[in-house]
Amino acid sequence: MPRWGMAIDLAKCTACQACIVACQSENNVPCVPPEEAARGRILSWINILPELEGEYPRLTMRLMPIPCLHCDSPPCILVCPVGATGINPEGIVRQTFSRCIGCRYCTNACPYTRRVFNWYKPEFPGEFSQALNPDVSVRPTGVVEKCTLCHHRLLQAREEARAADRPLAEGDYVPACVEVCPAGAMYFGDLDDPASSVAELARSPRAFRLLEELGTHPKVIYLAQGEWSSGTTESTSR
Amino acid sequence: MEQQSQHRANLPDAVLLQPIVATRSSFYYLALALLGATSFAFFAWVWQLRQGLGVTGLNVPVYWGVYITNFVFFIGISHAGTLISAILRLCDAEWRRSITRAAEVITVLVLFFGVGSVIVDLGRPDRMLNVLLHPNFRSPLLWDVCSISLYLTASSIYLYLPLIPDLAMLRDYGGKYTWFYRILALGWSGTDRQRRILHRAISVMAVLVIPIAISVHTVVSWVFGMTVQPMWHSTIFGPYFVVGAIFSGIASLIIAMALIRRIYFLQDYLKPIHFNNLGLLLLVMALLWFYFTFAEHLTTFYGNEPAHLIVFYSKLTGPYAPLFWSMVVTCFVIPVALLSRARTRTVTGTVIASISVNIGMWLERFTIVVPTLSQPRLPWAKSAYSATWVEIGMTLGFGATFIFLYMLFTKFFPIVSIWEVQEGREQAVPEVVARVRSYLPGTVATTGQSEE
Repeated sequence: MPRWGMAIDLAKCTACQACIVACQSENNVPCVPPEEAARGRILSWINILPELEGEYPRLTMRLMPIPCLHCDSPPCILVCPVGATGINPEGIVRQTFSRCIGCRYCTNACPYTRRVFNWYKPEFPGEFSQALNPDVSVRPTGVVEKCTLCHHRLLQAREEARAADRPLAEGDYVPACVEVCPAGAMYFGDLDDPASSVAELARSPRAFRLLEELGTHPKVIYLAQGEWSSGTTESTSR
Repeated sequence: MEQQSQHRANLPDAVLLQPIVATRSSFYYLALALLGATSFAFFAWVWQLRQGLGVTGLNVPVYWGVYITNFVFFIGISHAGTLISAILRLCDAEWRRSITRAAEVITVLVLFFGVGSVIVDLGRPDRMLNVLLHPNFRSPLLWDVCSISLYLTASSIYLYLPLIPDLAMLRDYGGKYTWFYRILALGWSGTDRQRRILHRAISVMAVLVIPIAISVHTVVSWVFGMTVQPMWHSTIFGPYFVVGAIFSGIASLIIAMALIRRIYFLQDYLKPIHFNNLGLLLLVMALLWFYFTFAEHLTTFYGNEPAHLIVFYSKLTGPYAPLFWSMVVTCFVIPVALLSRARTRTVTGTVIASISVNIGMWLERFTIVVPTLSQPRLPWAKSAYSATWVEIGMTLGFGATFIFLYMLFTKFFPIVSIWEVQEGREQAVPEVVARVRSYLPGTVATTGQSEE
């Protein structure tokens, strides 16, 4: 059984936000009007977290793309009163939109704030309504949604592999954000397969996980940016 | 028939039945005003249902706001009743007799508004029953569902049992709705056997209801405490919330008693001594509340964890400081100043302290819910939370509807337990004398021992 995970190399990431756009169109994430966005109600499953480091005048801005981290022990799934969210055997933290009662307990329990809520009826203005992905359901008002690691792509890839009578190979199943990344900063694969690129990157001295100290065991691994010599001291000190 | 009219004339506590017998026009005016607020809340809810929760001031990351604050607040007030009345009954506190009913009604009625606050907070109230169809017992919210339903059941029984003899009295009184009281009175005729069973049942319920009540507010606190969020994840939350609940519960009871006393001319039943005693209880709770608040914040401060300190300072010196310090003043400074001196522990004094405590306890719940959410661990763009007219309207409507239902109760049932007051007058005085005697050296009193 694979354990799907992602690695994001911050040394390569240009923060171009193509991953956000790809995710938005792949997963039918609705557009939010500007005035609602200003109120902090942007719906996006992956977002760029700006983090200022250092002190003036030696400031650096670190920009990290953060999807749902698909923790191995996710605090969000414990608290859902109706079991609308859970972790599947392959490590994907799922959300059952049709069962969610919209209590938003999971959004509050997630230490990464990586769950979003449908405040209004989803809107797909103009041509967006013609460009919906038929593989992904559009969520109704009042439910919580989140990154599914493009689970529908896994189902597709598995079907295709079965049709071709071969096992699922690395690269068969890749979420939209990883596929689109122009800088090649995002990697995806089976963390339990020692030969996979993500497993290899996870062992890198530059590898770190967000808020590891909370014991959530995220499956999205970051590779710290450092000196061009693929820094050792800075990254391992994280 | 003859017996009935004789009964009517002999009623020594006729004033207690007065609110049921006659209704003044001011009742209707007030009821109309309150129902106006109710319909406004209903309008706000329909508006919210049609539009989505976007019409509230909630945002990312403040996913919970006034509704959840109200939930904790109302559930807190529900501790008024049952818990206080149960403790006073079990302690044989004789001064309880005229106040237990008023307290128990608060519990039962306010629970509906606590539950209602959660329901209006749901994004999909139409799927509410999923908590029964697909329960996840690992979720503290489901523990809430269980313990609150249990509490509602137990406290309704606990309200009903001591009502039975009064219902029978109303049945025999021959006023309006006799058929209604006949059904509810369950054929009570006041025989010794019936009395024995009733006393036994009330005692059993009083014992049962205490752990249930404590569990309810503990579980409410665990909704926050079981997450890893800064300043929610605290082991002190269970007892802290229980103390806060009893605190605001007593305060609500004092306010309700003062209103009943004034509106229905029950100065002879709800005396300054009742307010004095409840005021002392309120003072104890104020001190306990301060102790818990102090311990909670000092521990956080010394722990010096950055994520916790951000929330800590947002409360003490940051954007939530006005609310936080108002809470300290209204929950501690004002009540302690008023209640610690006998001169100000009057009816007016305790009522002012109680209003202050209820404002403060609402602020306490708000400053627990919102600051933590508004300061997430990862530095996402933050947006400030302020409630919209929908949330404010719903809050006022809930409060008004609660008062309306309480008023309505007083129109159908005696708000002071008549038979218990009579029992106190007839039996309790010699019993208490015997009990006090049994405490003293050199006496062997049988009555005193059987009491224990």
